[in-house]
Amino acid sequence: MTATSDAVPVYDPARLDAISKRRRRNTAVSTASTILVLGALLVLIVTSPGWPAVRESFFNGFHAREVLPEILTGLKLTVILFLTAEPVILVIGLLLAVVRGLSAPVFTPLRFLAIAYADVVRGIPTILLILMFAFGIPALNLQGLSDSRLFWAWFALVVSYTAYVSEVLRAGLESVHPSQRAAARALGLNQYQSLRYVVVPQAVRRVIPPLLNDFIALQKDTALIAIVGAGVEMTRAAQIYAFDVFNYTPFVVAAFFYVLLTVPLSRWADWMADRQRRRSAAAGGGL
Amino acid sequence: MTKPTLQLKDVHKAYGDNPVLRGVSLDVDEHEVVALIGSSGCGKSTLLRCIDLLEPIDSGAVILEGEDISWPGYDVNAARRNIGIVFQSFNLFPHRSVMDNITLAPRKVLGHSRDEAEKQATELLTRFGLADKAGGYPDRLSGGQQQRVAIVRALAMQPRIMLFDEITSALDPELVGEVLGVIRDLKAAGLTMVLATHEMAFAREVATRVAFLDGGEVAELGPPEQVLSEPQEERTRRFLRRVTEAGRL
Repeated sequence: MTATSDAVPVYDPARLDAISKRRRRNTAVSTASTILVLGALLVLIVTSPGWPAVRESFFNGFHAREVLPEILTGLKLTVILFLTAEPVILVIGLLLAVVRGLSAPVFTPLRFLAIAYADVVRGIPTILLILMFAFGIPALNLQGLSDSRLFWAWFALVVSYTAYVSEVLRAGLESVHPSQRAAARALGLNQYQSLRYVVVPQAVRRVIPPLLNDFIALQKDTALIAIVGAGVEMTRAAQIYAFDVFNYTPFVVAAFFYVLLTVPLSRWADWMADRQRRRSAAAGGGL
Repeated sequence: MTKPTLQLKDVHKAYGDNPVLRGVSLDVDEHEVVALIGSSGCGKSTLLRCIDLLEPIDSGAVILEGEDISWPGYDVNAARRNIGIVFQSFNLFPHRSVMDNITLAPRKVLGHSRDEAEKQATELLTRFGLADKAGGYPDRLSGGQQQRVAIVRALAMQPRIMLFDEITSALDPELVGEVLGVIRDLKAAGLTMVLATHEMAFAREVATRVAFLDGGEVAELGPPEQVLSEPQEERTRRFLRRVTEAGRL
């Protein structure tokens, strides 16, 4: 066996040549099949009987150019909405996840509250939460509370996504082996320090791909705020223009920008997941 | 006669209906090395975890330098600062470098500055031939290296006593030697140690006394020559016979 494997030089030029030939052939085949499939789909759509009407109301170049400045202004608010929501969601979600893992009897009521929160909030459609918060809370006329529908709609999104994110984080916390906590406690670290320096960092690292997934969903769900008619984020901007001129092109333009926002995050989530798989494979070999 | 470093007084521990320790009493003097031997499941690991208060005991007392650290309400974090434990499966923190693994507790628990903690860690790493590993992560190290880092991590807290829980059991045979070498070194430095082990030859070499645990109690206790060569108890003889047959003596 050793004789033959030694006898096949890795850098044999003929072998390298064969390998690269095969690679070129694979690339050519995949390119050709992609073009063929996409081309067929395109032909199917543009030759359909309703295509001219659809093109006029969804892909109208004039309206696309006209609405663009408004869409971009809306995009700014969309970005602000999710960028401010994400850190708040992470912090509260982590607190809830940690509370659910506390076993001391003093924390029993807190633990039950955290469980009830996750159960109830995840049971309510986000759009209903937004309606209830944005119209309900300002109507209470409470002193010191904001009466901005936009703020309460944003807050409803935070409430909704915190429930999901806390469940993801809880799964992460539970995936850290108890021996890690034992090792931390054995060194004299107290419960808070063990969580802060040993358990939470490992837990968060493990759930970054599903967390990013939730944030991708959140970036699009900011569009639900359009329903309360406060704050012109991207979907609202498209709506205003579209219903003014009876043309749906603004929605397609907005959709394009949502994709533009989420694709980098999707790629990043995949890349993180891949890296994690490689890492745990490497660690598995060492242990 | 000075007080023993560690005193166990009639320690009982059960998991549900399953009693694991049924009254273990043992004194460990300063600079002593006590080896705990016995078949798997005899309670060696549980005893060590009880000493470090990782498991609450049901009755009895764990007394460290005259203080009953097992008393309800005793500050367990303060007690653990004086006790170092090394586990069978290393339990290094995978997300932190070797240096951070070692300096975490001295910095956060003892309040040492980073410089101070790193200086001390570097000295310890150098002493055990690991100086070049300081910046690396645990998953880049061999099992023997990981276990030596785990020992250094515990030593960095300058404990009054070190507990070793079968620290060579998870290692490939060729890596056992380097870890046992560290224990020899610590013995020479006069550290007080309790080690649960399956390595009988090693127990004979480093232990000042050997305790044979059976049925949740200390069945025989004495100098290694006596317990391992001329055991007084029938059950010790039986255990040693099984070990000899397995080729481990």
